[in-house]
Amino acid sequence: MKAAVVTFPGSNCDRDLAVAFRAAGFDVLPAWHKDTALPAGVDVVGIPGGFSFGDYLRCGAIAARAPVMAAVAAHAARGGAVLGICNGFQVLCEAGLLPGALMRNAGLRFVCRTVPLRVETADSPFTAGWGAGQRIALPIAHHDGNYRIDDAGLAALAAEGRIALRYLDNPNGSAGDVAGVLSANRRVMGLMPHPERAVDPAQGGTDGAALFAALAGALLAA
Amino acid sequence: MRARVTVMLKDGVLDPQGEAVRHALHGLGHDGVHGVRQGKVIELELDAPDADAARVAVAGMCEALLVNTVIETYRIEIDGAA
Repeated sequence: MKAAVVTFPGSNCDRDLAVAFRAAGFDVLPAWHKDTALPAGVDVVGIPGGFSFGDYLRCGAIAARAPVMAAVAAHAARGGAVLGICNGFQVLCEAGLLPGALMRNAGLRFVCRTVPLRVETADSPFTAGWGAGQRIALPIAHHDGNYRIDDAGLAALAAEGRIALRYLDNPNGSAGDVAGVLSANRRVMGLMPHPERAVDPAQGGTDGAALFAALAGALLAA
Repeated sequence: MRARVTVMLKDGVLDPQGEAVRHALHGLGHDGVHGVRQGKVIELELDAPDADAARVAVAGMCEALLVNTVIETYRIEIDGAA
């Protein structure tokens, strides 16, 4: 099983994400933003958190147009798995691989704390290790995590079971308390919370480990 | 040629920064301010044969990168054009 972790200028969670993938049994290969192809045989691509390109223009906007993202889009179009965390979620929305957009937190403040979440669906390779309705806690650390989508889009996501996670105590004004969403084929997931920061007891929590374990199980079975 | 793109959040999208500015204005006694929307202006220097061609080119840039049309709208002005 191979995971590629993309690094943009300003990414800062790429190493943590690699550690989490490795702990779940993945071989981790680096991908650079200027690469025009992903490493051969990659099963899942991780787009890490950080401040790619300094958050210039809009968070994730410039990274979404980087050369490597054409390869990521092609991987997703083939049914490949893609996981975008925090800035990675912003990048996937900007790239059009996930619906909606992320804008400045409603409270205007950068929010950095562990928050309670409800798992809305276990029907995806990312969430299968949790139970639908399960309450988990993951760290968030963002200034622009306010998920925006029009009412029809939000209703469609809910109807299709594509809202993966919701905040139990909305920290940023996100529409529908949405913390994470899935693509139509359920193989692309973006979320603002950081599961890679909750895989080891030394980090203060381990609720994130189930995501990487479930992903490893799903990709091994495939 | 110079083009100016004004990017604003769509009507109906809450603008947290505009709201903060409105509160600050109220704090200065400007109670008559009912709403503040904060956007951004992007100026481009570009080569184009005429204003219409510049407008078409800049519109393409807006859709490709400069604007996130999920949450934003834009207006293009070309210097010297009506």
